[in-house]
Amino acid sequence: MATEYIADEYEVIVVGAGHAGCEAALAAARKGHKTLIVTVEMANIAFMPCNPSIGGPAKGHLVREIDALGGEMGKVIDKSYIQIRMLNTAKGPAVHSLRAQADKQRYQLEMTKTLQNQENLAVKQLLVDRLIIENNSVKGIVSQTGAVYLAKAVVLATGTYLKGKIVIGEYSEECGPNGQRSAKLLSDDLKQHGFKIERFKTGTPARVDKRTVDFSKMSQQDGDGNLFFSFMTESDNGLGDHPCWLTYTNENTHRIIQENLHRSPLYSGVIEGTGPRYCPSIEDKIVRFSDKSQHQIFIEPEGLDTQEMYVQGFSSSLPEEVQLKMIRTLPGLEKVEMMRPAYAIEYDCIDPLQLKPSLETKHVSGLFTAGQINGTSGYEEAAAQGLIAGINAALFIENKPPLVLKRYEGYIGVLIDDLVTKGTNEPYRMLTSRAEYRLLLRQDNADLRLTEKGREIGLVDDERYAAFIAKKQAIEEEIERLKHTTVSNNLQAMQEILISRETAPLKQGIPASELLKRPQITYQDLLQVGLGNEKISPEVREQVEVQIKYEGYIKMQMEQVEKIEKIENKLLTDDLDYHEISGLRLEARQKLDKIRPATVGQASRISGVSPADISVLLVYLEQQRRKGEN
Amino acid sequence: MEDTIAAVVTAAGESSVGIIRLSGADALKIASNVYHGKADLINAPSHTIHYGHVYDPKNDKIIDEALFMLMRGPRSFTGEDVVEIQCHGGILVVRNVLQLVLANGARLAEQGEYSKRAFLNGRLDLAQAESIMDIVQARSDKGIDLALNQLNGNLSDMVRVLRQDLLELVAFIQADIDYPDDDIERLSLNEMEDRVEVIKTKIEKVLLTAKKGKMIKDGLKVVIAGQPNVGKSSLMNALLGTNRAIVTNIPGTTRDFIEEYLQIGGIPVKLIDTAGIRETDNIVEKIGVDKAHEFLESADLILYVLDGSQSLQEKDKNLLDNIADKQVIFLLNKQDLGISSQLKDELNIIKKENIVLEISAMEERGITELEQKIIDLCFAGDLTISNTVTVSNARHIQILEDCLNHFQGFLNGARLGLSVDFLVIDLQNAWEKLGKIIGESVEEDLLNQIFSQFCLGK
Repeated sequence: MATEYIADEYEVIVVGAGHAGCEAALAAARKGHKTLIVTVEMANIAFMPCNPSIGGPAKGHLVREIDALGGEMGKVIDKSYIQIRMLNTAKGPAVHSLRAQADKQRYQLEMTKTLQNQENLAVKQLLVDRLIIENNSVKGIVSQTGAVYLAKAVVLATGTYLKGKIVIGEYSEECGPNGQRSAKLLSDDLKQHGFKIERFKTGTPARVDKRTVDFSKMSQQDGDGNLFFSFMTESDNGLGDHPCWLTYTNENTHRIIQENLHRSPLYSGVIEGTGPRYCPSIEDKIVRFSDKSQHQIFIEPEGLDTQEMYVQGFSSSLPEEVQLKMIRTLPGLEKVEMMRPAYAIEYDCIDPLQLKPSLETKHVSGLFTAGQINGTSGYEEAAAQGLIAGINAALFIENKPPLVLKRYEGYIGVLIDDLVTKGTNEPYRMLTSRAEYRLLLRQDNADLRLTEKGREIGLVDDERYAAFIAKKQAIEEEIERLKHTTVSNNLQAMQEILISRETAPLKQGIPASELLKRPQITYQDLLQVGLGNEKISPEVREQVEVQIKYEGYIKMQMEQVEKIEKIENKLLTDDLDYHEISGLRLEARQKLDKIRPATVGQASRISGVSPADISVLLVYLEQQRRKGEN
Repeated sequence: MEDTIAAVVTAAGESSVGIIRLSGADALKIASNVYHGKADLINAPSHTIHYGHVYDPKNDKIIDEALFMLMRGPRSFTGEDVVEIQCHGGILVVRNVLQLVLANGARLAEQGEYSKRAFLNGRLDLAQAESIMDIVQARSDKGIDLALNQLNGNLSDMVRVLRQDLLELVAFIQADIDYPDDDIERLSLNEMEDRVEVIKTKIEKVLLTAKKGKMIKDGLKVVIAGQPNVGKSSLMNALLGTNRAIVTNIPGTTRDFIEEYLQIGGIPVKLIDTAGIRETDNIVEKIGVDKAHEFLESADLILYVLDGSQSLQEKDKNLLDNIADKQVIFLLNKQDLGISSQLKDELNIIKKENIVLEISAMEERGITELEQKIIDLCFAGDLTISNTVTVSNARHIQILEDCLNHFQGFLNGARLGLSVDFLVIDLQNAWEKLGKIIGESVEEDLLNQIFSQFCLGK
């Protein structure tokens, strides 16, 4: 046991420098608070231990929201991607999704530079053994070497490092991802302070040597290029467009897996943690979907300066030798050399029902948690929480109300509300189907939704804010112009377009905005016949088109929002004694008492709380209010 | 502003006037939509009454003659805009008017909701609020249980099947959106439209039966049976508390069937008095007797009346064999003439757990006990309303009609060329609404469906 000494004092300390920790630390420091971020390994800042990609449906939305609020992830991936695609383009604008393949090393390097050059931010390599908590308030951290750092607020972003244990077949080792040091004491310390700890599991596939892959047997998947996550990125990073490759499993693969199932720690019971359904191991897929004769496997580059390639779809916790046999059955990988085996990892996390919507823990004031420690999975989910936790740690110190995004304001709102209201029994992944106001929460309008909030908080600089205001104005002006621009039925060029698209030609003149509502007609068509505005940017054009075209649907969702807004804004105080409200059913009383929702809106989403209970609650609140008046 | 709620505020089937109350932001608009008359309801002054007809704009049909009473908020019971439509009493008229306002944008009010709104809008004082709490609370335990108990078993089965079909379809679309790169089975737009058409047709069929009016079941179907002249009509009258059916002591007086609606402890009951069931040569009577057998077949509860002073007759035994699987309460009538102990023993032999009550229908003795027994059976879940798939209440009809609109929205959107992420919204809304019929609406279902239906993930 090292002798403890007071090493320094900060306002905010962030434990962990993964995707959550980086955003948290940057947000707090940028808000002007003296901040410390600590990591077990300086070389592993913003490390991507699993897939080399960022974005995808719902995840890409999160990245854009982070960016609009003044977060970092979007900028860093724009500087380091080696392929970018827009997914779901054949579907509606609400589910268009950006996804980039990252050069992992460049990503880390860019983020490390950003952290180390950030004003107000200290970066240290140390392992935290315990927290200092007095009177249910966090006071600081204690490192393995005895250094005590005092703080007013602490953000825990420990990822999969709490009592991490990796498993490869019969072999297991207590460590963090990729053989890193794990934090062996911190989760017990949390338990001692009354936190409920859960154990989750996830995994990552093998990496193979590019030089031993025969790409001629696979199909190539290229990117689209020239797309960016950040609303502030203006030009391409110049790293080029590098393909991913597609191959498939076959009966031989499946046979080898079947023959070796008994050696899987998941089936033999060595692994106890709960794994995610949406990220199954290959052995899981083969057992659960035994009628499928093949599963697709993507081979993705890990970066430009490495020969390592990521084998997407091939997560496994089977023994190394079996993995090699399996992988060599894949077309193009017959002679492949494995550089790292796949492994499963188990780790401690906390039950997120112990959190407020601000991500502050309910029973230790000033203590915030973000990322996998809250039971989520994914870099984007982590970064989103990190940003909010960092902002709220700063607001906590400033004695200001926390930033809580509503479900209709952003995917970030959905993510955190789900976690703190419903909890999760498996690593939580963001999906578009979780967002009930999806049409409002598009990736294309994340800036329009959230820049103003980022500005209020102080993370949106003048340059970004000016760009936002200009864009907003250009959109409004152009929509107004189109409403007052008549397309004449004598405009032959337009009539020809209408006929060629098999939609009715005009019998009389109509506003251009009306014409644009037809699914067959785009803004490009207006440009072609001379009714568009050449001067507006493609981003403005996109907004104009979406806002006009889907006005009816968007309005419908706005109306739904208006209906619930009233109860969303009705606050429930901490001292409410639900057991005293006789009208509530017993189950509702217990659930409300356990979760202690912040608003009536949140209460209404707790399973086991019925609409009748909400009525009772509203009547009760009104009674109390009037009693207070008297 | 709150959404607009509607409900029948007069007791069912008991008054000559039926009142349907609308309250909320769109009360005037909705009332004006279904009003046919000289007044301009939207601009009419508050606290005025307007004569006219209730009118269905969809099929251009007059439903009833009525008075429309306007009360603008905050000077109304709820503090919101309120319109009360006074039409003729009688269960079908009132129901039709209610359904009409629901189809025009109102939502069926929950129990105690008018009072709740009145309170939240400052129209009631604190003391009154206590009783509102009780009403609202009643809805949450006993009320809901009862509503679920009363739910037609076949309807809920059908709803479950439809929801599962919908969920599968939604899962196809959502998995496609959230996993664009996975090699999963994807449906073409045509295939989706076909599936929606199938579901839509099923709901249309069910609604058709509801609209005919005949099949509407207003709660518990209780049939009074027994041999001629044992006191069935007297029992009916005692239960109704009026003197409508003719009472004589000549066997076979009640040739036609009398249906009456009443409420017993809040449970809506459709009470049917059958003709005395016996073999007969009289043609008119024979038709009646055949029909009586039909009624017995479809009854939820049979009140079997016996002359308490006599022993069980051969005809009774034959009839009882036919209804062995039914829930029966035996009523030993004519208590005043003394009860034969032999009869009691005989009933015990037929079935040990038979419910036997002694009453005097003529003197209205034992009626309260009978009513209590019916309530007990209902709350214990021993009595449920069963029949073919029919929709039995306005709420269900409204939900099913909303669903039809959503399916039509899907099909229209598909024809217009809208993308699936827009189209799926209609399907999800329909799925959620159907869930309200059976009291299930858990979104986690969708994720479970997606992950069990498809092999997904890296």
